Amino acid sequence: MRLLSRTGRSLRRTLIQAVPTVIGIVILNFLLLQLVPGDAADVIAGESGSATVESMAALRKQFGLDQPVLVQLLSYLNHLAHFSLGFSPRYNMPVGELIMARLPYTLMLMACAFTLSLVVGIACGALMAAFARRWPDRAMSLVVLVLYSAPGFWVGLMMIVLFSVHLGWLPSGGAITIGANLGFWDAVGDQLAHLVLPSFSLACFFIAVYARLTRSAMLEVERQDFVRTAQAKGLTPFTIQIRHVLRNALIPVTTVAGLHLGNMLGGAIVVETVFGWPGMGRLALDAVMARDFSVLLGVLLLSSFVVIFANVLIDLLHAWLDPRIEAE
Amino acid sequence: MSGETSSSLASPAAVAVPFKPPVVRRGLSAIVINHPTFVVGLAILTVVFVLALTADILYPGDPMDMVGPPLLWPFQDMEYPLGTDSLGRDVAAGLVYGARVSLIIGFSAASIGLLIGTLVGAIGGFFGGLIDNALARLTELFQTVPTFLLVIVIVAIGEPSLPVMALAIGIASWPTIARLVRAQFRSLRQQDFVMAARSLGYSNTRIIFMEILPNALPPVVVTASVMVAGAILTETGLSFLNMGDPNLVSWGSMIGGGREMLRTAWYLTALPGIATALTVLALNLIGDGLNEIFNPRMRQR
Amino acid sequence: MTAPASSAPARSEPHAGNRLLDVRDLCVAFPGHLAVRGISFHIDRGETLALVGESGCGKSATSLAVMRLLPPGARIAGAVTFDGIDLVQANERTLRDLRGKRMGLILQEPMTSLNPVLTIGDQIAENLMRHEKLTRAQARARTVELLDLVRIPDPARRYDDYPHNMSGGMRQRVMIAMAVACNPQLLIADEPTTALDVTLQSEVLELLDSLRRQLDMALLLITHDLGVVAQWADRVAVMYAGNIVEKAGAHALFENPAHPYSRGLMGSTLRLEGGGHYTSQRLTEIPGTVASALHEPGCNFAPRCALATADCRIAPPPLRPFEGRQVACPVVTQPSKEADRVAAGR
Repeated sequence: MRLLSRTGRSLRRTLIQAVPTVIGIVILNFLLLQLVPGDAADVIAGESGSATVESMAALRKQFGLDQPVLVQLLSYLNHLAHFSLGFSPRYNMPVGELIMARLPYTLMLMACAFTLSLVVGIACGALMAAFARRWPDRAMSLVVLVLYSAPGFWVGLMMIVLFSVHLGWLPSGGAITIGANLGFWDAVGDQLAHLVLPSFSLACFFIAVYARLTRSAMLEVERQDFVRTAQAKGLTPFTIQIRHVLRNALIPVTTVAGLHLGNMLGGAIVVETVFGWPGMGRLALDAVMARDFSVLLGVLLLSSFVVIFANVLIDLLHAWLDPRIEAE
Repeated sequence: MSGETSSSLASPAAVAVPFKPPVVRRGLSAIVINHPTFVVGLAILTVVFVLALTADILYPGDPMDMVGPPLLWPFQDMEYPLGTDSLGRDVAAGLVYGARVSLIIGFSAASIGLLIGTLVGAIGGFFGGLIDNALARLTELFQTVPTFLLVIVIVAIGEPSLPVMALAIGIASWPTIARLVRAQFRSLRQQDFVMAARSLGYSNTRIIFMEILPNALPPVVVTASVMVAGAILTETGLSFLNMGDPNLVSWGSMIGGGREMLRTAWYLTALPGIATALTVLALNLIGDGLNEIFNPRMRQR
Repeated sequence: MTAPASSAPARSEPHAGNRLLDVRDLCVAFPGHLAVRGISFHIDRGETLALVGESGCGKSATSLAVMRLLPPGARIAGAVTFDGIDLVQANERTLRDLRGKRMGLILQEPMTSLNPVLTIGDQIAENLMRHEKLTRAQARARTVELLDLVRIPDPARRYDDYPHNMSGGMRQRVMIAMAVACNPQLLIADEPTTALDVTLQSEVLELLDSLRRQLDMALLLITHDLGVVAQWADRVAVMYAGNIVEKAGAHALFENPAHPYSRGLMGSTLRLEGGGHYTSQRLTEIPGTVASALHEPGCNFAPRCALATADCRIAPPPLRPFEGRQVACPVVTQPSKEADRVAAGR
């Protein structure tokens, strides 16, 4: 009961704090994008190759690009207030639909990679802490340090070489096997097989981050008095490590996990490109190339939402992990 | 007075408990002996630095030029020890010139990030109140936007050149430092030496830069080496996506180029990736080593 | 706060077949220094032994050595026999079965000795589920009883409280409940009241003593507070710089300390029976610090001792029987005119 009211309070606080952040992000991004040389009309005209000054002006008028910046901003905010992300001149469809088609894939990839990095990272860190300063710790520390240092997308490419090209175990790209007519469970299996490499590729850096953090947090906690109390109760080392040490070490780990979410979403752009994953990251990249700012703004906004939403989840997790939060 | 602990034993039973008195070393030899990983990191980074500096001497001429038969595997022809790519360019030359780009971007972007982050964090942490609140919000805002996306947008605003890339990465990476410096300043500004400086009538600027900042530096230095590593990784990703300077060879663009040949000539992707990983590894080892040196308590764990 | 020693409840004389803990020539070494330098003592069933000394004298290291809970890197030598079991040679599994079940430990700092993220009830129940093989529900019911036993009001509701919801005194009661949960034969209390308000100290000690009698436990009470010793202990061992310098009955020691260090300790404690008050009666100080003793070849206390002779600095003095107690001081135990004079003029 107490947990419920506590999480409720923390949820409300986070959401209230999120509102100015989102508005700030919209305005900041909007102004930033105005600085980009060229606009969608330039690109469209450039691609068609037969643009006249008149047709360009018509295009700009059609998309409202001829208006002063402030007017464009207000009009964009007005659209937002009506839950509309505007219209993409390049794809010739509403930005909302465009993003919604990609969002599930990005969320799927993010959720897999985030879960993978937390679970594997914390497990590795706990093992390293349990064997601290002995050879299993040193060996794992080296592996973790390599994961921490190698570009994730490059690890992904190398995994394609090993698992797709040489072993043929996993698909090298795409989100599903195109054209295959599969039953429900086969389709799920197919989807998961396509998820493995991109998720690991995106997660590997964060696995290293959480493993290092878990190790040092656990070693810090191990020196606390209550660990000695637990030992004096005759508990087994395993129980002490999991129930007493890890439980406390998770608090700083989840805090940092929240901070890294934005980075992970950024990393998804490259990983999606490597694996041909139809997510928001590639959409954003295409939008930059095409100077399609309404799409880019929409992606930036949506990714901020994803980060904020995930942070709410982290906050809930935090409130559950640390009963002292209520007191603050 | 005898320095031998065992000579003052009260009971013969205790003689069975031998232990060596800890040897305390100081100075450079202490760092070499107590922090071997730090030294290894420093050694790798030095090699990369030397290669980058001597690129013109080692491989005179443009690394983009075709110099030999295409798609030679490493060690196949010792004239091109690391092989050639699909256009017959020497991979070794590309790696050496790529080291230049990575190091330049890494260090300049980290400096820009450090400068912005330190200023924002110091001002917020020192003055507190409304300014701090506003700056903390700004930091949070920058942290909510996916870093890499922000870098891409900023590079798109400018042109794909080294200064613009460094600036973009710097702008996207300052929040980490700002948070750190802010926390340091908030705890340090309460301390006696700051009170003393205030009572002497020193200006705020002087207190911030001459009194508090030097005390707040150790964790910043540690984070700085990690930032250089992060900037190099970001640059690699950026060039991989073809958003880097098209006139320069960089490790990222080499990985991107090699990707086309992934199935047949995977060494073209592997080698620049290994170069990146090694350099970043060296920086991380240095960061870990600095951390140990600044916080000796951590070593005892 | 210190009651006269004579008012301490009379306790039956312990007999030899009743030995619970026997410590012989115990040494504890931490990297870089020797904390305990070959001490011997014993505790009989149901008895309270106080280990007294100033901080850094090795009394906490002794308590942790008995539980075999010394931090990694510490080394231990000598023999510790608990109810016939050799604790120094025992393997981890045997030790784990003893800890919490037959030996309980109470640490000094109730603020940090409880896990902040688990409810206090679960932390007590954990002990019961480990050793008594109780189910969760049974452990909960038993824990509520225990909370009641240590006089925590409204125990059923308090079960779900976290340590940060409780005051220092309450937390120490939780620690006590945790330590006595499985009716241990030996309870080790390492400065159990040092971190508490003065008003709470006697309450907690009174609780410990009544639990000791109720549950028929032996108590190893580690303290620097001689007032505590006089009131609650049967026997006392005085530690100085890793050695036991005097072993005596609590009453005897309090009435007439023999070792110069014990005398110094007494002198720096206020004695109510004499009507003394620091405004009327000067507190004596022991000159110097413990640190000065660490590299002494002879008696560790010699550099600070008013009675020290040249002989004292040559070899460490062994414990010798003297007036029904044991004292490690040749000057006091070999009656000479000088010592008599000093003893009489105390």
